Amino acid sequence: MATVSAPSPAPTARRFAFSRARTASLIQRQGVLIALILLILFGALRYDNFFAAYNIASVLRFNSMFGLIALGMTFVIMTGGIDLSVGAVVALGSVIAALLTPYGMLPAIVVPVLVGMGIGFANGWIIARLALLPFIVTLAMLLAARGLALLLANNTSVGITLDPGFVWFGQGDVLGVPVPALVVGLAYVGGVILLRYSRFGRHVLAVGGNEEASRLMGLPVDRIKLGVYTLSGALAALAGVILAAQFGTGQPTEGLGWELSAIASVVVGGTLLTGGMGSVGATLVGVLLLGLILNILNFENGHGFISLSPYWQSVIRGTFLLVVVLLQNRLAQRRRS
Amino acid sequence: MEQSEPTAPLLEMTAIGKTFPGVLALQDASLRVGRGEVHALIGQNGAGKSTLIKILTGAYRRDSGTVRFAGQVVDFQSPQQAQAGGVSTIYQEVNLVPFRSVSENIFLGREPRRWGLIDWRRMNREAAAILDRFGIHLDVTQPLLTLNVAIQQMVAVARAVSFDSKLVVMDEPTSSLDEQEVATLFTVIRQLKAEGVSVVFVSHRLDELYAVCDRVTIMRDGRTVAERAMGEIGKLELVALMLGKDLSVVQRSGTTAFADGVHHAAAELIRADDLRQGRRLQGASVQVRAGEIVGLAGLLGAGRTEVARALFGADAVDSGEVRLDGKPVHFKSPRDAIRAGIGFCSEDRKTEGIIPYMSVRENLTLAVLPTLARRGIIARDKQQALVDQFVQRLGIKTSGPDQPVRELSGGNQQKVLLARWLCMNPRLLLVDEPTRGIDVGAKGEIQALINELADAGLGVLMISSELEELTEGCDRVVVLREGRTVAEFPHATVSQGAIMAAMAHGSESAPVEAVHG
Amino acid sequence: MAKADRTLSPAGRLPMPARFQALGQTYGAALALLALIIYNIGFTPFFLNPATVNSNLTQVAPVVIVAVGMTLVIATGGIDLSVGALMAVAGALAPLIFLNTLLPSDYPFIGIGLALIVPVLVAGAFGLFNGSLVAYFKIQPIIATLVLFIAGRGIAQVVTNGRLQNFTNPGFQYIGIGRPFGLPFQVILMVVIVAALAWAMRATTFGRYVLAVGGNEAAARLAGVPVTRIKLAVYGISGLLAGLAGLIAIAINASSDANSVGLDMELDAIASVAVGGTPLTGGRATVIGTLIGALIIQLIRYTLLAHGIPDAVARIVKAAIILAAVYIQRQRRA
Repeated sequence: MATVSAPSPAPTARRFAFSRARTASLIQRQGVLIALILLILFGALRYDNFFAAYNIASVLRFNSMFGLIALGMTFVIMTGGIDLSVGAVVALGSVIAALLTPYGMLPAIVVPVLVGMGIGFANGWIIARLALLPFIVTLAMLLAARGLALLLANNTSVGITLDPGFVWFGQGDVLGVPVPALVVGLAYVGGVILLRYSRFGRHVLAVGGNEEASRLMGLPVDRIKLGVYTLSGALAALAGVILAAQFGTGQPTEGLGWELSAIASVVVGGTLLTGGMGSVGATLVGVLLLGLILNILNFENGHGFISLSPYWQSVIRGTFLLVVVLLQNRLAQRRRS
Repeated sequence: MEQSEPTAPLLEMTAIGKTFPGVLALQDASLRVGRGEVHALIGQNGAGKSTLIKILTGAYRRDSGTVRFAGQVVDFQSPQQAQAGGVSTIYQEVNLVPFRSVSENIFLGREPRRWGLIDWRRMNREAAAILDRFGIHLDVTQPLLTLNVAIQQMVAVARAVSFDSKLVVMDEPTSSLDEQEVATLFTVIRQLKAEGVSVVFVSHRLDELYAVCDRVTIMRDGRTVAERAMGEIGKLELVALMLGKDLSVVQRSGTTAFADGVHHAAAELIRADDLRQGRRLQGASVQVRAGEIVGLAGLLGAGRTEVARALFGADAVDSGEVRLDGKPVHFKSPRDAIRAGIGFCSEDRKTEGIIPYMSVRENLTLAVLPTLARRGIIARDKQQALVDQFVQRLGIKTSGPDQPVRELSGGNQQKVLLARWLCMNPRLLLVDEPTRGIDVGAKGEIQALINELADAGLGVLMISSELEELTEGCDRVVVLREGRTVAEFPHATVSQGAIMAAMAHGSESAPVEAVHG
Repeated sequence: MAKADRTLSPAGRLPMPARFQALGQTYGAALALLALIIYNIGFTPFFLNPATVNSNLTQVAPVVIVAVGMTLVIATGGIDLSVGALMAVAGALAPLIFLNTLLPSDYPFIGIGLALIVPVLVAGAFGLFNGSLVAYFKIQPIIATLVLFIAGRGIAQVVTNGRLQNFTNPGFQYIGIGRPFGLPFQVILMVVIVAALAWAMRATTFGRYVLAVGGNEAAARLAGVPVTRIKLAVYGISGLLAGLAGLIAIAINASSDANSVGLDMELDAIASVAVGGTPLTGGRATVIGTLIGALIIQLIRYTLLAHGIPDAVARIVKAAIILAAVYIQRQRRA
């Protein structure tokens, strides 16, 4: 009986490509974390109030919404799909939440999330059962959700009824930590556990890694896809609830382009757009990184070091995305032996 | 009807029929596999063996006939059902998830859990134990893709076996394995046999079947035409039964369609000296003269395709010189090589050959489009004439030049690809495994065509893993090992044994001077 | 021996449902458009009124122009999310030029000429930037064009400081409101562009190369197709056309607002391409189909509006149409 141990990898182009991708992903994740730390240090050293509780809380509170949709996007992208409807679902969620605030905190939070789940479920069902491309399906859903939001809100913004519980949900603190930040924190912890320790999480990665093989191996691929899109919809709606609670209105026109920011966060974090590999924590780093850029820009402007109009924000974010993607590319190429 | 045999067969497929719209795929096919038996299933493409297998494994439903498995009549309606019923399948392409670890792949779908959360330690432990049964010891936490293809196949087998399968169907499992890896797979198969698990082995590679199988079923035109014990039937008779030809005909002309392979070689066409490229090429040299067929042999990873791609300008080399007609050339892209009169028919027609939704006409004329166009506008009549000429010449079976090429059979697709290069009237043709994955009939046609072209003055560099093609068809055979040219054999002295020795060990007996002979 | 070929027989031998699907794929979009037109003729008053026809065609022209460029990009297997942003860039630059802030000159018609040419070229240059990211740096098209989607509009906003630029410049505005032979200029432009590119896709080596790149890039490269050049070209063309559409948009409105020019245009363009029958995976393309797709979407919007249905509902209907169109036209897996 032949004993086979410590096999040597046979050099084929395909194997190199996969190895490259994986190593590049890992290096990039470290790199992005380091960049985040550097950016934080930069801010802390340069501005007096950067590390102040107020600023940290404000940054966390504001970026909690992006954090939630990026989390959902991570799972969707890990299956090799994409969800372009999240921005519109945020708007829809905020409108429904605002409309329901007269009935108390619980309905105003729960119902939008259920609606978000419904939209996500519809996405997932069409993608899985009708076998249409996620890009076009979620693009259509973006239109539909936006339309629904406008319809429900009657084309205007919807003020919330000042239910104290609801307001607390968006603007309150627990021991100095903003409530939305706690929600996001819990969500991410849940996400990590889901990914690492649940069958669903492992199957998400399997489907993204090789969908055909997963199907042949008996995985319920359709159900997994339904799951990730439903999750994405739910998280987006929750972000909408936080939006309404934070700013006091439900905005049917808000959330424009948020899905693309979410994708940028996921990519910056190091998750492969093609699916099969990824990290929840890395996405969080990506969200914080992109969010800090805006924060630092405001500081720069505020201190008069530069006077950049807020319009520069988009240019800087776009450039940042470009740099990160180019670096990722360089790293991947350099590993080729 | 029950037969009184000492041990009832594990699998009995009888009088199976299956029709697709417009095509009668199976018409009285049968397959009988005993317990603990390794059973070969062979036939040309189109003979019906994949359809039969798909019915067995639940991917298709049969129209007529019965299937008995482990004494019961069964009707699997999905691969999952077949798996649950005790029939597992290993596919030609490793159908596992590359980024996931070995243990994850083995347990995908049934990951062991503790208190609702995945129990990684138990999963890894049990995965290692399963692999140990086959004498395979490795770190089960490493991602599957870091392992070579052979080990990945073993993991697939391990997964199949961990479901307590009674029958494992292996569909062309060795097509991307080298000799050593095949030996390892066979060891695993023998272990399965020892444990009482039966194996159905589908393959085009006849030598392997003799090495490991007990019995063989031969299919042709949707029917089972013969079933024998492996030891009772010779290879030539096997081929004859598959082709439906007379045994004496096959005996006379050898198994390939190459005539006795010496051509009238003329001036040197291309010459590559000491090509180096990273770890893949470490000093490869080869030359081809006009009118001769040079075979390029070597194990997987020896660098054969890399040499061809380097000659064609598809990949850059780190060092080494390529001379065309004696003058040094530096092709920066395939376009340059094409302009110089070189064609390259690549190995994998699906990923590097055909443009699937484009028509036969467009695929055929793709490389010569610039010559068919005046100021960017394609001359339709010239294009059509060219297409008609080559469809006829190569005998391409198609419903019309506008048919999407993906609808053609493998053999016809290969012909379209060959036509792509031939219609540019090349001086040198590089072909990489031109007859792989093609049924015996079309194989012969392509071999005969290459022969004919060499006779007419074309220089050919042929990469092939089929030793008969090398020994019967080539004027010279150059052997690569680990990216280096290690031997060269003229037709007169070449033999399968010599080639294999050189591939495996390098060769001290073939002097290096022979390379420049 | 031919029995072994499991080739798909020509349409005559396919069973009924499959035959319908094949028909749907080829003619579905055109039939749908026909159905819409007939419905409107029957049920919408003033539909055939020249003013209505004019209004519909005028509104759809910029979308078609952008969508045609998008068709080429999608045919190579890519996507261009930056078209809206590039419209904004072109729309921001043009007034700066003919109002003599940028590139001042003594003669107004030079100013107008430059204002028509330079912004389009700049947009084209940005398109080449996209193309080089995709072709040289091998970045995925969705990410590569995402960069300009995010940054491009910002550039337009920075250049104009977010301010609205109002103007009256009949020379420049001819491109948006001019009427040679009584037909709106941009509609003529649209027809010319559609015809030219549709012909090019079918009859030139460029067109075949575009489809080859999208169909199987590795195979195309080995067959001598200049893949890099083709990719650069399609993104460049998409940029040029987006720039042109931006000029038309601001010409019609007599104002340029960097915040809103071209907003959501990428969605409309992609939807037009998809509804028209070009698969998003690349390898096949129909420019005429894109025209039909854009017309369908425009007509639906118009039909709903004309029957008093709110815009919000129109969006939902649009979404449903897109899904239905893509569903009907999807190819069977090989």
